Amino acid sequence: MSTSTSTTHYPAATVKEAIESHTLAVIVDNEPGVLARVIGLFSGRGYNIESLTVSETEHEKHLSRITIATRGTPMVIEQIKNQLDRMVPVHRVVDMTIAGPAIERELAMVKVRGKGDNRVEALRLSDAFRARVIDATAESFVFEITGGSEKIDQFINLMLPLGLVEVSRTGIVAIARGPDGM
Amino acid sequence: MGIEASRSRKIEPQQPGAPVTTQPAMTLAPDADGVSAPIHASTHADGGKVEAVGGTPTVSDAGTRMTGAEMVIRALADQGVEHLFGYPGGAVLPIYDALFHQDQVRHILVRHEQGAVHAAEGYARSTGKVGCVLVTSGPGATNSVTGLTDALCDSIPLVCITGQVPTHMIGNDAFQECDTVGITRPCTKYNYLVKNIADLPRVLHEAFYVAASGRPGPVVVDIPKDIQFASGAYARPNEFPHRGYRPRLHGDIDKIKAAVALMAAAKRPLFYTGGGVINSGPAAARLLRELLRLTGFPVTSTLMGLGAVPATDPQWLGMLGMHGTYEANLAMHDCDVMVCLGARFDDRITGRLDAFAPHSRKIHIDIDPSSINKNVKVDIGIVGDCAHVLDDIVRLWRDVRPAPDRGALKAWWGQIEKWRGRKSLAYRASDDIIKPQYAIERLYAATKDRDVYITTEVGQHQMWAAQFFGFKEPNRWMTSGGLGTMGYGLPAAVGVQVAHPDSLVIDIAGEASVLMTMQEMSTAAQYRLPIKIFILNNQYMGMVRQWQELLHGGRYSESYTAALPDFVKLAEAYHAVGIRCEKPVDLDAAIAEMIEVKKPVIFDCVVDPAENCFPMIPSGRAHNEMILGDAAQSLEDAVTEEGKVMV
Repeated sequence: MSTSTSTTHYPAATVKEAIESHTLAVIVDNEPGVLARVIGLFSGRGYNIESLTVSETEHEKHLSRITIATRGTPMVIEQIKNQLDRMVPVHRVVDMTIAGPAIERELAMVKVRGKGDNRVEALRLSDAFRARVIDATAESFVFEITGGSEKIDQFINLMLPLGLVEVSRTGIVAIARGPDGM
Repeated sequence: MGIEASRSRKIEPQQPGAPVTTQPAMTLAPDADGVSAPIHASTHADGGKVEAVGGTPTVSDAGTRMTGAEMVIRALADQGVEHLFGYPGGAVLPIYDALFHQDQVRHILVRHEQGAVHAAEGYARSTGKVGCVLVTSGPGATNSVTGLTDALCDSIPLVCITGQVPTHMIGNDAFQECDTVGITRPCTKYNYLVKNIADLPRVLHEAFYVAASGRPGPVVVDIPKDIQFASGAYARPNEFPHRGYRPRLHGDIDKIKAAVALMAAAKRPLFYTGGGVINSGPAAARLLRELLRLTGFPVTSTLMGLGAVPATDPQWLGMLGMHGTYEANLAMHDCDVMVCLGARFDDRITGRLDAFAPHSRKIHIDIDPSSINKNVKVDIGIVGDCAHVLDDIVRLWRDVRPAPDRGALKAWWGQIEKWRGRKSLAYRASDDIIKPQYAIERLYAATKDRDVYITTEVGQHQMWAAQFFGFKEPNRWMTSGGLGTMGYGLPAAVGVQVAHPDSLVIDIAGEASVLMTMQEMSTAAQYRLPIKIFILNNQYMGMVRQWQELLHGGRYSESYTAALPDFVKLAEAYHAVGIRCEKPVDLDAAIAEMIEVKKPVIFDCVVDPAENCFPMIPSGRAHNEMILGDAAQSLEDAVTEEGKVMV
C-alpha cells in the first residue's frame, strides 16, 4: 500500500514539466467586470499572476488590452490561454513569449531619502540607469525609470542601502517587434 | 421597502386568460432603432473578420416603445420561449406584471428558486432549447446559484433573469440586495447587469445567443427595478447578436484528415463519447451511429453521453468510468486509438491519470478549446462542434474507403467479448428483498416501449439507473453529472413534463436526495404534471455509506436517515398518489399501477439497504484495477492511502 502523503483531491499530473514564464496580451471588451472575470479565472483555477496591467487602448471600439505575466508548466500555460480565449468578452489572446521577438517594459517610480554621499550616489546611479528625477526635496528624490523588469529590480536593489523609501511599479506591458500588429 | 413587498405569493397562480395586448408586427430590419448599435467590426480569436452589422438604421422602424419589464417578456417571446420557471419577489414585480398581461409565455411557479433552475435544466436538456428562469433579487438570486453551477458543469443552456434593487441603491446594502453578477460570475458562462434601458433589448437577445452557442451554459441577466419601469425602444433579435463571441463550429480539416488516417490504422480502436454529442443535437447522434456502422469500432460513453448510441447496439460497451462496465473500462485501458467525442476526461472517467489508457494515441474533438489537453495530453485535438466534425469524418471515411486491419479488429472484439462474458453488472438476486438493480431492470422492462424520459438525483440510484436502464435516444436522460447535485431530479422532472406533457417522465431517486427538493411536488400538483418519483429507498445516503464502508472502516457517520417521512402519506399531502412496494413479487404490478395513474406519483420502493454499487474503480486506481461485485470481500484493500484523500 502506498504511503504517499499527497493531499490533492485529484490525480497527480501525468508528466512533471518545467515551470516557464510567459507574457500574454489579451484584448477584451472594455466593459464593467471584465477585469474581475480575468482575475477570477486566475484565482478560481489556481493560476499564478506575476504582473497584470490593463488599460483601454482603442477608445472608439471600447477595447482594452490586458498584459499578464504568468508562470506555469507548458500544459498549464496552454490551459490559461484557452480558458482566457473562451471567455465571452475576450477577443484575442497572444502569447508574447512565443509569438516572436517582443519588447517588455515596466515603469517604476522610486522614492529615495538621504543626505550627503548617499544622495550624490543615488543621483549618479540614476543617471547610469537613465532614470529621471521627477520630484526632489532637500532630502529626497523620486526617480522615474522605465525598462525591463530585471533592470528595475537591479535599480531598486541599488537604491536600498541609499535610503529607499517606497516603490510604485506599473507591471509589464509588451509589444511585438516589427511592423505587424497583433 | 418592507418585507411585505418581497416574495408575495399568489394564491391562485393559474390565471384565467388575461386580456392579450397584441404588439404591432415587427417586420423591419433588426437593430433599426439606433439604440443598440455598437461598432460590430472586430476580430475574434481565430483571426476571422466578423461581419459588420447594425450600425446605421436603414429602415424607418424606430422600434416599439415599451417598459423594460415588457421588453423582457417580449424578448422571451421573440426568442421562442414558451415556458418560464420562476418565483416572484419585490425586485421583479414589474416583470410579473408584464407577464400578467400576455399569454405567449407561460410561467411555472416553483416552490424554491433552485427548483426553478433545475426545472429549466430538465426542460432544456429534453428539448434542446434554452431553459428560462425568472427570480427576484437577493435570496432569489442566491438560491439559484446551485442550479446555475450545475448547468455550467453540464453545459446546459439557460437564461436566468434576476431582479435587482434600483440602480441608485446598488452598493448600499439595500433590502434583498446582493452582488448578483459578482456571485454568479464564476458559475455562469456569462452575466450582465443592465444599468441602461437602451442596452436591455440587445443584452436580452445576446444572452440567448451566448447561452446556446458554442459550449452551452447558463447566462444571468440582472435587471434593476428602475430599469424594469423605464421606457425605451425595443429591438428584435439581430442576426449577429454579439460583437466578438463566435465559437468555432468547423474543425480544422487537416487535423480531421490526420484523425481519419489514425483511426484507419487502428488495431484496438474505441470511441469515447460524452455530453457534447447530445448538446450538438440529433444530427450528431445520427452521424455517430453512421460512423459506428462504417468503422465497426466499439463505443462507450460518459454518464452525460448516454442515449447517443442505443443501449441495444452490439457495438455499445456500456458506460465507462468509476462505475462503468468491465468491458468499457478495460477497452479504454487497452485501446491503441481513442476517439473522444464531446467528453472532457473528467476524473470520474480517467481514474489514475498516469495509468490512463497508457498505450493509446488519442483524438479529442470538443467545441471548447480549454477541454483539450486539460487533464490528458492528446495527439490530435480538434476544436469544433461534434456534428460538424462527425460530418467531415463520415464524409472522409466514405471518400478514402480505408482498409482497416480486419484481423486485428476481430481479435480486439474477441477480447472485448471475453470481458463482456465477465458480466460485471451481475448482482445476487433475492426473493425476499428488492435489490435496487432489480427494481431498475423491472422499471426498464415496463417502460422501454413507451415514450419515456428519465431524470435522477445523485448517488447509488443514479449509477444503477445509468447501468441498468437502456437508453435508445439522446435527450431522454437528465442527470446531474459534473456538479453531482442531490435534489436535481424531481424539479428536472417537472421541467421535462412541462415540455412533454404527454410523455412518461420518471425521476429515479434516492430517499435522501429527493427530500432536498421535495417541495416541488407542490408545483407538480398545481400544474397537474403526472411525474413519477421512483424512490429506491435504502434509508441511507447510499453512496456515502458505500464510501464509508470502503474508506472509513464501516463507521457510518451520519449517513443513516432516521425518521424518514411516510412517503405514501407525503404523496397524499401533495395531492399525489403514494405507492409503497417492499417485496420483489409485488414490484411489477406496483410499477404498472404507477404508470397507469394520471397524477403525480411517489413510489416508495423499499430496497436492500446494504447493497453496494459495482463495478467500481476506487479513487486513485487505474481502469484495470476495478472491483467487481462478486469480489467485494477485498474492499478493505481496495483503496490506497493516496486514494483516500481523493473524492
